[in-house]
Amino acid sequence: MSVSLLAGTEAERRLLPGGTLRGPTPYVIAIMTFAMMIVAAAGLALANAAGIVAGAVEHRYVLQLPDGSGGKLEAAVRAAQSVRGVTGVESVPEAELRRTLEKWLGPGGVAEELPVPALIHLELAPGTNAGQVGTSLGRAVPGARFIAEQATVGPLLGSLRALRWLAVALVLLMAAATSAAVVLAARGALDTHRSTIEIMHGIGATDEQVALLFQRKIALDAMVGALAGGVAAALALLVIGGGGLALASDLTGGPPLGAGDFVILALLPIAAVVLATLVARFAVLSALHKII
Amino acid sequence: MRYGTGAEVLRDLDFRLAKGGFYFLTGPSGAGKTSLLQLLYLARRPSRGRIQLFGQDLTDAPRDMLPDYRRRIGVVFQDFRLIRHLSAFDNVALPLRISGRSDAEIEGPVREMLAWVGLADRASARPPTLSGGEQQRVAIARAVISQPELLVADEPTGNVDAEMAARLLHLFTALNRLGTTIVVATHDISLIARTPGAQLIRLEKGSLADPTGNLRNPPVGAGQPK
Repeated sequence: MSVSLLAGTEAERRLLPGGTLRGPTPYVIAIMTFAMMIVAAAGLALANAAGIVAGAVEHRYVLQLPDGSGGKLEAAVRAAQSVRGVTGVESVPEAELRRTLEKWLGPGGVAEELPVPALIHLELAPGTNAGQVGTSLGRAVPGARFIAEQATVGPLLGSLRALRWLAVALVLLMAAATSAAVVLAARGALDTHRSTIEIMHGIGATDEQVALLFQRKIALDAMVGALAGGVAAALALLVIGGGGLALASDLTGGPPLGAGDFVILALLPIAAVVLATLVARFAVLSALHKII
Repeated sequence: MRYGTGAEVLRDLDFRLAKGGFYFLTGPSGAGKTSLLQLLYLARRPSRGRIQLFGQDLTDAPRDMLPDYRRRIGVVFQDFRLIRHLSAFDNVALPLRISGRSDAEIEGPVREMLAWVGLADRASARPPTLSGGEQQRVAIARAVISQPELLVADEPTGNVDAEMAARLLHLFTALNRLGTTIVVATHDISLIARTPGAQLIRLEKGSLADPTGNLRNPPVGAGQPK
């Protein structure tokens, strides 16, 4: 009896009747693969977004003046430009600030008499001691606040990273659930074919030979399920992701998924098949060891 | 030997089978014949005592060693134990496939064996469509196809007519002449009478009827441990 993993001879296939799609295994694996790929894609997109945002604000700071009128803004800009390590200085026009506020407060909330702080975006050279820059600016522009943009977006980055780990945990949980389903399917198949196994054992079949029959059957089921789930997930990502791609790119300044991410997603169905096959083998061999 | 925590079904058994011997195992129903055969074809381990086969003590042999020994034993089960969804051909071919023979190597011997047991035209039939006698012949063909060193048969002629019983006995005798040790559990006295030189193992209430372990009609060469 050959030990081929998937091919198997016609005679071997006849030993365990019941073709693919007759049990729940392919359907369970299809659903799990679909869910794993969607969640993994979301996790990868979140991780990328967090990375892009973190990278973008890594060297960016804001100098906030309580009042920029009377040439104070221009003086602060000049002072900032003269500080060592500051490579970019850009003041935010008051009109733009008021337009932003108007979105939150409404037209009545941005009357001329409402004091609006002045903001200056600063870009520091990599390796610059931000503390020293802040101290220098504090002396040059009394009353101004030196704020790291990283601190501003910190909670957002924290949430994105937490969601990324949540996605990882969900993928692992789904892998565990898939394994549990495969164990149940393997045990069910063993019960169904118990008499065949006993006869095979009785005339000299090894556990390895018996396990390979079940392993091959479950691997084929898993392949069909993973393929179906993978194709469905790819279509869903194209449909959903297609619309969100441009928006995500606008928000983060980069594509939500890179080439490496697509490779990871493409590997997930293969991983599901390998996992199902190994779990089935382990479950069958464990059960067979309880028989003399 | 006992099943679970029940009473011992076999006890104080001490005997040897000579290589190439022909043995009939007899005794009333419930005497332990099937249990003894199960020990012989390594389907069970003794709860105490020791069992040696092919010169090896297999009492506590690791289970991964057992398949190699089982392949040296042909078994005719009382309830046939054919695989219902396989054809008669595939059932008979199974021991050869398990031992790694290719389809080309299997085809000829299996056809020949099926012809020998009178089932040449039933090769593609599945067990549920075969009569009891036909199933028994398939089971016997499967047991002897790989020319085992030891053949263990539990009531092998229980479901066949007298003519087929004689034919099967002839098959066993022919195998025995080729060197196979035969152990047949049977109530059929005529079968025993038609096999000159065969020894008799009689069990009563789980023990040998002759507690000395001496078997009736010991043939030449008896006593050599298997």
